[in-house]
Amino acid sequence: MNMDNLVILWTDALVYLLLVVAIAFGIYASRKEHLRAPWRYVIRSKVGIGTLVVLLFYVVIGLSDSIHFHPPLDEPDKNGEVIYSSEVISLFDQMVSGLRARQEKTYSAPLATHLYAKENIELPDGTTIRDFPRLKYGGAHLQDPEKDWKGDIMALSALGIFKGLVLTLVLSNILLIFLTIRSGCSFEHTARNVLVGRTEIPWCVALAVLGLMLVVFMWSAELATKYHLLGTDKVGEDVFYQSLKSIRTGLLIGTLTTLVMLPAAVLLGIMAGYFRGWVDDVIQYTYTTLNSIPGVLLIAAAILMLQIYMSQHADEFNSLVERADLRLLFLCIILGVTSWTGLCRLLRGEAMKLREVDYVQAATAFGVGHFQIISRHILPNVLHIVLISVVLDFSRLVLAEAVLSYVNIGVDPTMNSWGNMINSARLEMAREPVVWWSLAAAMIFMFTLVLSANLFSDVVRDAFDPRLRSTN
Amino acid sequence: MMAYIIRRVLYAIPILIGVNVLTFMLFFVVNSPDDMARMHLGQKRVNQAVIENWKQERGYNRPLLYNSEAEGVGSITDTVFFQKSVKLFQFDFGSSDSGRDIGYDISQRMWPSLAIAIPVLMVGLLVNISYALLIAFFRATYIDLWSVVLCVVMMSISGLFYIIGGQYLVSKLLHLVPISGYDTGLGAWKFLVLPVIIGVIGSIGAGTRWYRTLFLEEINKDYVRTARAKGLSERVVLFRHVLKNAMIPILTGVVVVLPLLFMGSLITESFFGIPGLGSYTIDAIQRQDFAIVRSMVFLGSVLYILGLLLTDISYTLVDPRVRLS
Repeated sequence: MNMDNLVILWTDALVYLLLVVAIAFGIYASRKEHLRAPWRYVIRSKVGIGTLVVLLFYVVIGLSDSIHFHPPLDEPDKNGEVIYSSEVISLFDQMVSGLRARQEKTYSAPLATHLYAKENIELPDGTTIRDFPRLKYGGAHLQDPEKDWKGDIMALSALGIFKGLVLTLVLSNILLIFLTIRSGCSFEHTARNVLVGRTEIPWCVALAVLGLMLVVFMWSAELATKYHLLGTDKVGEDVFYQSLKSIRTGLLIGTLTTLVMLPAAVLLGIMAGYFRGWVDDVIQYTYTTLNSIPGVLLIAAAILMLQIYMSQHADEFNSLVERADLRLLFLCIILGVTSWTGLCRLLRGEAMKLREVDYVQAATAFGVGHFQIISRHILPNVLHIVLISVVLDFSRLVLAEAVLSYVNIGVDPTMNSWGNMINSARLEMAREPVVWWSLAAAMIFMFTLVLSANLFSDVVRDAFDPRLRSTN
Repeated sequence: MMAYIIRRVLYAIPILIGVNVLTFMLFFVVNSPDDMARMHLGQKRVNQAVIENWKQERGYNRPLLYNSEAEGVGSITDTVFFQKSVKLFQFDFGSSDSGRDIGYDISQRMWPSLAIAIPVLMVGLLVNISYALLIAFFRATYIDLWSVVLCVVMMSISGLFYIIGGQYLVSKLLHLVPISGYDTGLGAWKFLVLPVIIGVIGSIGAGTRWYRTLFLEEINKDYVRTARAKGLSERVVLFRHVLKNAMIPILTGVVVVLPLLFMGSLITESFFGIPGLGSYTIDAIQRQDFAIVRSMVFLGSVLYILGLLLTDISYTLVDPRVRLS
């Protein structure tokens, strides 16, 4: 892959910008003891490190799904140069190209070898019977599905679990060696400490969660190469692939929205609380007005307008992916507009308290400029509020995406998202027999992410706001 | 008190004007009425005459802000802004893009919305407060720990799942109540039971956790210790002292949402086919009926501001420490 076939979508750029900001903040925080201490608390809590491992799995998939390019076609042209397809795929797509390409005709149940609906099949001798046809890809390697299916699934599962365990073992040994070198004790001593949980950071929890995730991951990877692990949807697309692709959408909505609204919320909130007077009045008026419009309706109105704009200017978009991407970005912005007011109000209150604090008064008396007071004294003292609200908002936004997509004012219908999967599952539940796998897949993936995010955010909040620790 | 209320009502006026200008910009300036017409009539085979006709029928053919052709006051009143946006202040919603009277529709559809929203709120409050009190009574035990875990788990499940799962289990497998629909009069109860139960279950996670925090905050205060020191039993402490004081934030939290109950729940109503304002809004969004969406935005803002006003007043009623200013 070289550079000129790379496609940088708006959201990709912002995601990597966010990553850079996060890393920069991490480096900054690691040098300040008062910022390092709460993060140490997070890492040392069992729930904190366990959920962090789960979240990392999601983030890695999301990031690898955020590098887009035009894939080269198989055959070079006459001059021997590589031609690029007009299609845009991501790095993640390329890694799981098997899942993407193996499309069936229509619905099939998880791990099935036959289609979900009966069809007329022509036998070699010319007669037609009505039966469930074999799948093109799912379990196609089996000679006699009725007999071999169970054994094959068992064998593949065992192989996958075994691979996962081996991988876990390798990774934990690497970690142990690293810890041994750092602590200077013997390997056995470190290993025993880790296993009985006597280390400061609960490595045993981290390893257990990592092991569980890896086993599940390898198991599903093993089965997904031969079967459709979570079945196929109406047009025969692999549901497991769709769920994995939806991770990026969920993460983007959860993080980009915050990124978009953060500058405005922080700046305006602090300004309102610090300057008071007419500045405060104007800012308060702005956010009360925005807040009083019901969020869903504002989003609906804005998305409707965007749809009109897009249909009027259809020629400005090079591809469906770009169009869907712009809509996603717009959705993040409008979600940000509806959700920045809470943080802004909190910051205003905090800034109002801080401006009366002695050291700020002293700085004012010394004639320090407003800008310096805000950036030196006020901003660092409200950072923890910003961080807590960012983390708390994340899971709420992921859940909101599902609801909005259900109402058709969420992400583009062509985009993979859990909301779109649930939306389509609505009609499938009325079928007989029930097509439950799309819904179940979306729910499992979403639930795992939101639950980890919720638990993680609780730990972060406890770490940064010690007053709450006693009650929670 | 009266002066305070009047001042607050006056304060609401600029906010409503702001909302109005904002929605006007969103609906008429970002996209011209011509764009809307084209969207409605479809992209193909649309000529200017058809568009003009469409605009004429719905009254979008006036100038946006200033009518230079009309005489006197007419130059201000005979505009889209005045006809469509300013008239909202008199709760004159006009007619929808498909020609129905929006005000009449709203007055009809309000009741089914309330029939769901009020029981969900009331039963939800009862269940959440009782459960939170139970947790507070058994605080720092395994009951507490596992209840919090349960709450977080329930919070992490999408509300859509409760609805789809509940409909499937109760209506399709067990055939206890109809899947969706509505009936006038008392016959509606069997259509309302399931949405109400699902609404309550969906609110348990976040609600109980929030109330638990409130109760535990109160329990750690000095007056509770004094009450215990006097020799009061834990039950009396909890119900007489803690519950009473924790009711202040609970009550004000409820009051702020009271007016918004009229708007109904978008998702629940559309899933259960209940002809309330929520499903009215959703239908309008999906049919891209801008007149209805605009009216609902305005109505929602009015109700929200009303909620804020009621909250402030209720604060002063239940908590004598709060002074009006």
